[in-house]
Amino acid sequence: MADIPQIEIESVFRAQYGRAVAVLVRVFGSVDVAEDAVQDAFTVALQHWPAAGLPASPAGWIITTARNRGIDRLRREASRHERHVQATMLFGERDADDVWEDNVVGDDRLRLIFTCCHPSLATGAQVALTLRLIGGFTTAEIARAFVLPVVTMAQRLVRAKGKIRDAGIPYRVPNAAELPHRLRAVLAVVYLIFNEGYAASSGETLCRAPLCAEGIGLGRMLAELMPQEPEIAGLLALMLLSESRRKARTDAAGAIVLLKNQDRRLWDASLVAEGQAIVRRCLWRNQPGPYQIQAAINAVHCDAFTAGATDWRQIVQLYDQLLMFDPSPIVALNRAVAVAEIDGPLVALRLIDSGLGLDSYHVFHAVRADLLKRLCREEEAVSAYEAAMNRTENLVQRAFLQRQIRALARA
Amino acid sequence: MKQYLISMYQPDGPPPPPAVLEPVMRNLAALNAEMQAAGAWVFGNGLHPPTTATVLRVRDGEVVMTDGPYVEGKEHLGGFTIIKAPDLDAALEWGRKYALAIGLLPIEIRPFQRESED
Repeated sequence: MADIPQIEIESVFRAQYGRAVAVLVRVFGSVDVAEDAVQDAFTVALQHWPAAGLPASPAGWIITTARNRGIDRLRREASRHERHVQATMLFGERDADDVWEDNVVGDDRLRLIFTCCHPSLATGAQVALTLRLIGGFTTAEIARAFVLPVVTMAQRLVRAKGKIRDAGIPYRVPNAAELPHRLRAVLAVVYLIFNEGYAASSGETLCRAPLCAEGIGLGRMLAELMPQEPEIAGLLALMLLSESRRKARTDAAGAIVLLKNQDRRLWDASLVAEGQAIVRRCLWRNQPGPYQIQAAINAVHCDAFTAGATDWRQIVQLYDQLLMFDPSPIVALNRAVAVAEIDGPLVALRLIDSGLGLDSYHVFHAVRADLLKRLCREEEAVSAYEAAMNRTENLVQRAFLQRQIRALARA
Repeated sequence: MKQYLISMYQPDGPPPPPAVLEPVMRNLAALNAEMQAAGAWVFGNGLHPPTTATVLRVRDGEVVMTDGPYVEGKEHLGGFTIIKAPDLDAALEWGRKYALAIGLLPIEIRPFQRESED
């Protein structure tokens, strides 16, 4: 008797959820039917696995079982879904074993992520769908990750799935003409998921590790399925290099440690090596794009054994290049931070006070406060730190800003 | 096939001068012909201005008629086309051509509940 605990069955299903749903959406042409079928397969697994033991291929077992359950379910509901059933009968005659081979599953997941990130869906819906259908997050987990009530997140998912169904959002990789801007939307969603984990916009911790892990997981999946796209590689490298610093970004008490003060021995050497190798391949390929350039900026930081050894000139050059792709005020702000290290805080302050329109962004005020502090303009620095504090809901960031204000008051 | 409504919203007031309007009308005529040739066109027409509308509502069991339009605003539905398409991406491709043909005004695509027979 194998006696597998329920928690282990849950974790197997969670790991295989995205694959299974992707295959079944293709088979049934419906996200709802696919999700229900996987849920049915879970119930069957709870009955059989504890005695029979884990199947040789859990993914294959889940997909085959869910597919059969889905067909049963559609047959039962035949009066209501006559056409669905007719379509499914065609699939029903096929050999079940061919529906879950790895290369086919990969293609299915790629199709599904393009469906989840379709431009007719709002960004919040794209993110929620991607986490649910590709990442296998529960609705409650997604709600927690974005600090929204579960009911709100559940409604958002129901509405988004309804739109996929009713508007007829297709389940396919876009054609070559459409691909560039559709891929940009997918990458934006993946980076948003990673970033919400990397610098949580609210809550009691600076990071939310599951979102970072999911962002990197999605990046790896895309890089594997579309190896010819340099910006996918760039985004993956950017996430790996950012993630490599995680342990160094907070101290034992969970407080923020700025890049210049981090203990660089805590950086994860294998993530740095993997990220830098990808950046080198991107340079060699020479088809630059915004994610690749941001990854290169991170790679320059990772090259420096001490903060003082950072090659700021190269970083400013990379920001100049990034501005050509993405002339946004946030990039201009980050560039100014690097300029301060070469030309001094006054030059940088003039750059950021040139009307960037970032008044609602807490980082803008924190950067401004730091520059003012370095210029010994303490009073202005305190009010800039206060402005930053009023614009973030993240408690760790607020505590950091509070400490800066207290240190200035003591000085 | 699924069916979609392509609607065009226009600011109220007099139509733009012929120099602006005529190329738009030419573009739309060409697009309609293209949609018909592709078998995607179901119906389409431009509307008279919203001031020509009549609103009907039931009050105490009686139908009361008043001067329209129903929705107050500075922009109103100016015309629409109904198309059939296999999925949203195919419909959006027609929508893209529609938006380019008109140039200035936003258009909206919405799916119908019932599909066409073919």
